[in-house]
Amino acid sequence: MTDPHPDRSADRRPLTVSDQVAIEIQRMNKWFGTFHVLRDIDLTVHKGERIVIAGPSGSGKSTLIRCINRLEAHQSGRIVVDGIELTNDLKHIDQVRSEVGMVFQHFNLFPHLTVLENCTLAPIWVRRVPRRQAVATAMRYLEKVRIPEQAHKYPGQLSGGQQQRVAIARSLCMEPKVMLFDEPTSALDPEMIKEVLDTMIELAEDGMTMLCVTHEMGFAQAVANRVIFMDQGQIVEQNTPHEFFNNPQSERTKLFLSQILGH
Amino acid sequence: MSELHAQTVAYVRDTMLPQAAPPMRQSGVVLWLRQNLFSGPLNTILTLLGLAVVWFLVSHFWPWFSHSVWNASSMAECRQIIAERWGEGATGGCFAVIRERWNQFLFGFFPPSEYWRPTAAFGLMFFAIAPVLFTESRGLRWTVMAVAAVLTFAFCVLLGAPPRVLAVLAAALVGLTALNEYAHRGALVFSLLFPFLAVWLLWGGSAWGPACVLAGFVVGFAVWRVLARFGLFAVAAGVLAAAGWWMFASGTVAGVLQGVLPVALPQVESRAFGGFVLAITIGVAGIVMSLPLGIILALARRSDMPVVKAFAVMFIEFIRGVPLITLLFVASLLLNYFLPPGTNFDIILRVIIMVTLFAAAYMAEVIRGGLAALPVGQYEAADALGLDYWKAQRLIILPQALKISIPGIVGTFIGLFKDTTLVTFVGLFDPLKQMADTIRATFAWKGAYWEPYIFTGAIFFILCFSMSRYSMYLEQRLKRDHR
Repeated sequence: MTDPHPDRSADRRPLTVSDQVAIEIQRMNKWFGTFHVLRDIDLTVHKGERIVIAGPSGSGKSTLIRCINRLEAHQSGRIVVDGIELTNDLKHIDQVRSEVGMVFQHFNLFPHLTVLENCTLAPIWVRRVPRRQAVATAMRYLEKVRIPEQAHKYPGQLSGGQQQRVAIARSLCMEPKVMLFDEPTSALDPEMIKEVLDTMIELAEDGMTMLCVTHEMGFAQAVANRVIFMDQGQIVEQNTPHEFFNNPQSERTKLFLSQILGH
Repeated sequence: MSELHAQTVAYVRDTMLPQAAPPMRQSGVVLWLRQNLFSGPLNTILTLLGLAVVWFLVSHFWPWFSHSVWNASSMAECRQIIAERWGEGATGGCFAVIRERWNQFLFGFFPPSEYWRPTAAFGLMFFAIAPVLFTESRGLRWTVMAVAAVLTFAFCVLLGAPPRVLAVLAAALVGLTALNEYAHRGALVFSLLFPFLAVWLLWGGSAWGPACVLAGFVVGFAVWRVLARFGLFAVAAGVLAAAGWWMFASGTVAGVLQGVLPVALPQVESRAFGGFVLAITIGVAGIVMSLPLGIILALARRSDMPVVKAFAVMFIEFIRGVPLITLLFVASLLLNYFLPPGTNFDIILRVIIMVTLFAAAYMAEVIRGGLAALPVGQYEAADALGLDYWKAQRLIILPQALKISIPGIVGTFIGLFKDTTLVTFVGLFDPLKQMADTIRATFAWKGAYWEPYIFTGAIFFILCFSMSRYSMYLEQRLKRDHR
């Protein structure tokens, strides 16, 4: 729970950082069969904002960010990403997906391709970037996540932390406007969590718009503008990290915080 | 002081242990025998029983084989030679039938002067598949091509190909080897052209016929390319253009071109096909066409679109529920009732279509298994990067799913190739039954049963075993995740 960057203490960060809206979600509902997973979600994300979504398991936090790039379809309400509304229109969906990067809990790298090929595939086939340029971009981002020397290995030869950093680089190669993180450190050994979080912190410092589902509260305190607490498919509380951790309002939040910070 | 003292005091390691070599593996013939064959009473009994069975088989087969006769002109002569040499009542193989009639087992009723044509087609096939199957290992590709080139040329010489043909063939073999070395894309173009070349070599006639069929594909592709931005409409237009070309223009153009610049081989009717020429023609065509069809069916069966999915399920389940022989009968008899009278729809082509559909249904299920084995995260990662359905399938899903399915796919290929012998039921001269029966029908070789079976069986084994070995090589080559 120590703040790795005390100079940027949480209470000095503004709640919003720009007027431009990156993601707009209005009265969004989703069901899995008869189970109401997301209930009346309203959320506006501004460009450059870093939002951490916390909550007990089954509270719908992963489902929420998976709706933002339509890995899950919502059934009512509106989701507008970068000015494009998500509907059944496949063209719009692919357009949104190419602007929104996603990092998964289990990395989901392509095991039959080298690290470099993992990173250049989407730019070449979706953005139609010339191969040489795609390779240059990929190497730049692999350097950024500090594993350029692994470029020609296959994902199966890397450690978990390295694989997750490749996954981050792979998303960055598409030059996304928004990055979604779905519990990026939950499948990692404790020793490897730090290297992935450091990469994410650097990304935040560069001004990337980020939505992270994570249990790393230290990360939330270090970089988030806003912490959103979800329970039973609803947004229960949102606030600055400082207020969220030091002055939680709802009983559910207090219970959650006491449970994760209690030992 | 308790005995536990050693575990209870604090301990800090001051030097880390270096990596040590693993213990030497115990070896030696006697040790191996004891461990694997005589490790206990039951194992010993089973070993002795196994040895007895092997001895029984060999002791019966070996005299027959060692008494075999390779030089004779009839079965009677064979028996006489064996009786003279090994005494009355001795049995022996009469492999003279193979020596005399090998050409019919291999070529059926193909005109002997044209034997070089299927031979050349078979040899050139290796140049068509080498750039596809042996992409990674240059040494292996070279070996395959060199062996194919030397053997093809040698056999064409032995089979009496005309000097003009030999000159062209030699140039083609050298040219194709160079093409593979210096222009991989060019070599792949040859792979695409090869089916048309093979059809021409096998059936003969004017070379402009297959060339104009090929031109139909070019016409269709060109139309699609021009209209590409109209999406599905462009595909339909391309298909229509190609169909129109084949129906109305192809024949006339081929005739005119043949008049201007005659390039032709003597025509060989489908009736003349037999033996391994027939089996390999049907087998290779079926293998090459059933894989893409199987992939499409597998994807269709997993599709979200109910109509597409229902069609795939019905097709697969219908084909798998019906014996291949039924489909072959449909091909040979029933189709004649349904087709407009006077249409001459080649029997081998009909059989190839049925065999392809049959194998594709099985292939689809094998590939569906591979698709189902992929973690859902792979689909999600591909989607999240913005790849559309076809790109995700082509670049992410299929390469992995097909890799997983290699054993099943090659198993289906091998099954298909052996099933080509079933064409005997529609009156085609398969190497195993119909061809052998034909040879036995002559007075001289009446009673030659074992020898033809052993000969054709050996050739089938070599071809199927090669496919099996290739699949093992491919699996090894593609093994990347668990290194």
